[in-house]
Amino acid sequence: MRALLIIPTVFILVTLVFVLMRSTGDPITAALGGQLPPDQLAERIHAAGFDRPILVQYFEYLGQIFTGNFGTTITDNRPVTDILVKYGSATLELAFYALLVAFVVGIPLGLVAAYFRDKGQDAALRIFAILCYATPVFFAGLLLKLIFSVWLKVLPVAGRASTSAQLQMEVLPNKTGLYTIDAIMTGNPAVLGDVLAHAVLPAIALGLLTAGVFLRLVRTNVIGTLATDYVDAARSRGVSEYRLVQKHAYRPALIPIITVIGLQIALLLGGAVLTETTFEWKGLGFMLAEYLQARDFVAVQGIVALLAVIVALTNFIVDIIAALIDPRVRY
Amino acid sequence: MSTVVSIEGLGVSFATDAGPVKAVDGVSLKVERGEVLAIVGESGSGKTVTAKTILGLLPETATASGAVVLSNKAGTAERDVITLSKKQLRAVRGTDVAMVFQEPSSALNPVYTVGWQIIEGIRAHNDKLSKKEARAKAVEILGRVGIPDPEHRIDHYPHQFSGGQKQRIVIAMALVLDPGLIVADEPTTALDVTVQAEILDLLRRCRDEFGMGIVLITHNMGVVADLADRVAVMYQGQVVEEADAKTLFASPQAEYTKALLAAVPYVGTGTASAIERAEQRPAGWAEQAPVVEASGLEIVYPGRFGRPGFRAVDGVDFVIRPGEVLGLVGESGSGKTTIGRAIAGLTKVTGGSLRVLGHEMNGLREREFRPLRSRIGFVFQDPASSFNPLLTIAECVAEPLVIHGRAANPREARARVDELLEAVQLPRAYGDRYPHELSGGQRQRASLARALALEPELLIADEPTSALDVSVQARVLELFAELQREFGFASLFISHDLAVVDILADRIAVLYRGSLVEEGTGAEVLGAPSDPYTQRLLASLPVPDPVAQAARREELRRLREAV
Amino acid sequence: MSTDIVTRAPKRRLRDRLPVVHQLRQSVGLQRGMLIAGLVLTGLFILTAVFAPLIAPFGFAQLRDAEGPFGSQQAPSAEHLFGTTVGGYDVLSRVLWGAQTALFVIVIAVILSIFAGVLLGLVSGYFGGWLDRVLVVVCDAIYAFPSLLLAIVMSIVISGGQSNLWGGVFAAAISITVVFIPQYFRVIRAETVRIKAEAYVESAKVLGASSGRVMFRHVLRNATRTLPLIFTLNSSEAILTLAGLGFLGFGIEPTAAAEWGYDLNKALSDVSSGIWWTALYPGLAIVLVVLGITLVGESLNDLADPRLRGRRRVAQASGVVAETSVVPGGTLSAGPGGLSGLEDGESFDEHGIGVRS
Repeated sequence: MRALLIIPTVFILVTLVFVLMRSTGDPITAALGGQLPPDQLAERIHAAGFDRPILVQYFEYLGQIFTGNFGTTITDNRPVTDILVKYGSATLELAFYALLVAFVVGIPLGLVAAYFRDKGQDAALRIFAILCYATPVFFAGLLLKLIFSVWLKVLPVAGRASTSAQLQMEVLPNKTGLYTIDAIMTGNPAVLGDVLAHAVLPAIALGLLTAGVFLRLVRTNVIGTLATDYVDAARSRGVSEYRLVQKHAYRPALIPIITVIGLQIALLLGGAVLTETTFEWKGLGFMLAEYLQARDFVAVQGIVALLAVIVALTNFIVDIIAALIDPRVRY
Repeated sequence: MSTVVSIEGLGVSFATDAGPVKAVDGVSLKVERGEVLAIVGESGSGKTVTAKTILGLLPETATASGAVVLSNKAGTAERDVITLSKKQLRAVRGTDVAMVFQEPSSALNPVYTVGWQIIEGIRAHNDKLSKKEARAKAVEILGRVGIPDPEHRIDHYPHQFSGGQKQRIVIAMALVLDPGLIVADEPTTALDVTVQAEILDLLRRCRDEFGMGIVLITHNMGVVADLADRVAVMYQGQVVEEADAKTLFASPQAEYTKALLAAVPYVGTGTASAIERAEQRPAGWAEQAPVVEASGLEIVYPGRFGRPGFRAVDGVDFVIRPGEVLGLVGESGSGKTTIGRAIAGLTKVTGGSLRVLGHEMNGLREREFRPLRSRIGFVFQDPASSFNPLLTIAECVAEPLVIHGRAANPREARARVDELLEAVQLPRAYGDRYPHELSGGQRQRASLARALALEPELLIADEPTSALDVSVQARVLELFAELQREFGFASLFISHDLAVVDILADRIAVLYRGSLVEEGTGAEVLGAPSDPYTQRLLASLPVPDPVAQAARREELRRLREAV
Repeated sequence: MSTDIVTRAPKRRLRDRLPVVHQLRQSVGLQRGMLIAGLVLTGLFILTAVFAPLIAPFGFAQLRDAEGPFGSQQAPSAEHLFGTTVGGYDVLSRVLWGAQTALFVIVIAVILSIFAGVLLGLVSGYFGGWLDRVLVVVCDAIYAFPSLLLAIVMSIVISGGQSNLWGGVFAAAISITVVFIPQYFRVIRAETVRIKAEAYVESAKVLGASSGRVMFRHVLRNATRTLPLIFTLNSSEAILTLAGLGFLGFGIEPTAAAEWGYDLNKALSDVSSGIWWTALYPGLAIVLVVLGITLVGESLNDLADPRLRGRRRVAQASGVVAETSVVPGGTLSAGPGGLSGLEDGESFDEHGIGVRS
């Protein structure tokens, strides 16, 4: 029951973040040290309770997280969960589009590479895959921006939507924060077009990173399963080579792939911080970078802990999906 | 009769890291309808490569020459497999020729139901057939190969069947399109003897009821005697002898065939020497303290996450006295290896009592046991992994001497190592080689040398010859008997093969699902077995003599009906 | 038949035993091309890093020469081949010096994580028990966590975010190390658990060898065979993480050392106004270095796996028939399967996925 590990995993990550972040000292000094006179600083430290024994603070922090409270930022004094509500949807949307790009590009090309193994097509695809993950997302983002926004001027430079589109969505009675859905709800195709145009470059920049990983993974696993006896056995029954790759090798290969996809969520979130910064895509990653610049470590600690919980949850779900696909594992 | 396949002047070469290797060299063979041709040979003889060529299943690193002319079942069309395009090959596979693989659990795709896989084969050749008709056909064929309740079982996944059933399903897949020829590559090697007998019966029915030609690839002379009509013996890529089965076993012509037949262990050969040894024992020998004494021995592997554990050994009693060889026989899952490991302190005893060299193993700590280890030797099953690949043979053999302080370092122990290598009939120079530079048989000899380095009182041999070819096995067994006479150690000899155990053992114990069902001297257990399981095990073991085997088959049928 | 043939076993020549060199000789066709391309790029990177002070036309923090200040955001010209940055630095010089910083970080990060990860993995995998279980859960948790975020948190802890050359290099290297330890741990532990079940380890235990002897003489050397592979893959990840840190402003001050990620961060606003040279060159440097190291790593990986390794095709009827049971390298003695053992490699582990649970 690997899935049960989610509880210790969350606990370990949350603890790790707390221990690391607090080993530097109290967050108030880090954020406001030098800006306030020492007596005011001490007052604020006392008010926030950062002068109490560290263990007391730790248990209080655990208790807060248990009730869904990830703390309050120092610089602008808002609950971290508020940031999640306001900016989480943007990150979710970006991650969704990026995964879409990764699936659409990575998996079919991986199958193609496995099918043409050691031939020219395979070599070209493998170089492409390596280039995908050798290119830092922010550099890919900068290049895409330079080519499509600055030189060709076909796509917007940054942001999630133009001001006019944003205004139209802002007045919606029950807006979701997911711009794609909001744009559809406005019923105005121009708004939807605008929102999608803004999403193209960030989704490609972030998606290609993961696409490279998927491509390589699908290729290796399919080649591995193609060497098994049961593929030879199916071949001996006259099953076509195309079908061997498509059915016999692909599905058994999919099980390890799905497990790795779970781990890719982590890579994707890390990449999202960089992509959002590059494209001024106002999501969790963008805010995290902002708070990092401001040295607001309570906000950083809160957001990182929150992301840890999200990662653990996604892995939990992915494990369950992998188990459902494999007929040999039945809970 | 009509010819289903005719191989003419076949040659196959492989590209390897060490340069090109020729696996098959000028092989010509013919198979008629309704005939079983056995291709026999040891590893590296090229028999599997020959078989795979018939289906055009060679890997891309192989190149073939010559001709493999395949006819369809009706005898109306002929095609040379070697010259066929990929598409034409696909049309031939399954309809004209089908294959049965060695390892049934890896020949079935684990993530699809068996029905899906059978139907896929049907529809690959006949896309006009509706799904329903194909399914009906699949159910029918499953029923014919002896899968009970096929309408229901067709939707099960491979892991829900036993090993024998899986092999039946693999055979069903081969039969479903009614090809003229089946190529069976070691179809029973991965199975237990009792299951093997059933699969051989099924293959016999394929020949008789479906009128198929069968190419049977095997290294087991007993299997050949049981099933084959004609036999081709392969050695180093060439056919050295071809004859009908009775003639080949009665009067082999080629030297290699004679040597091969002489090397096959035969039940009953060891009985005389065991009696002789028993007579030479001094008076009062039986009253000596036993080297190993088990009473009510229980070994349970812990279950995971609170599930009940697996009871591998369940209340076993036996003794091994000084200088005596106890043969422990059983099929897979019988617990025989577990007992061997428990005596060597590799597996924990969970119940009952196991006394080794006067120490109780139940609850013993590793630290107290370590000094005892110099008095116990162990030979492992797999010669490929029993040596550290980064150390030379001499360093490996010197290991026990260094550990127990008889030598400061491997170099100092070299004189003793050379003696040991000579004792196991390996040239001294082999000490400087790395394990992968030795053959399986040579590694097993070195393994014996290492186990005997400290002249132990007890030697545990866990299937030491089951990974070896027959001729190599024969000589390792001979060596074992010789060393046992010379060093006089007591031994637990574990094997799945009654005939092998019979050669060496003073007494034989038969294990079945963790319990000891029968124990006694070779004459008692093999001559007049009293337990029904032992009887079945003995009758299932095919003997390398077609005439005698036919009689045994009858005996087995009678035993099965009696159950 | 076989045992009585006494021939000197061919000693493997030194050039066949050296890592990489051996693989280079073993490879064919496209695989060889990829390996060579990777080696060339990696070699260039290391040479650039070592000789940066000689090759670079200016210092990494140099703003002016005898003819006065370089000027800000100057387009590429004869004096400044790659142009100048918004801060007025010479782009070419900073790209070349950046190689040095990257190499420092890779070397320190990889050495630290190898020591910590290998030791933990070995001990944990060999002894098992509760310590093993706890370490596995902890490492799995860290492994699943976005590595960049962890590196950010670590660099805050170590340096508060900003520092000089060595402080910055160590902060980045240690942050990356913490991210990598779980990876080494997982690989070495998995290998140790596998090797622990091999007959030669059991055999040493049966002989009464102490745990330390078994671990270091038998397990360690066999478990670390995959290290060159992880080493290369992690080196490339180290560069990416370093650049990511720099891009988010957790890198090294421009006056302390040149760092590609930092330069890209500063180039962010240039791009919108069409200034391409400040972003392109540091970015290309990252891509080429990571590409080179990854090509080496992937090629090594493929060559180590018989299923993925390509071989030359042979002409018909070439080669000698293998002597039964005795074949150089022992590859042919694959049991009753005969020659199939030659090509099939390891079979797919169909019980690999928790059949027992």
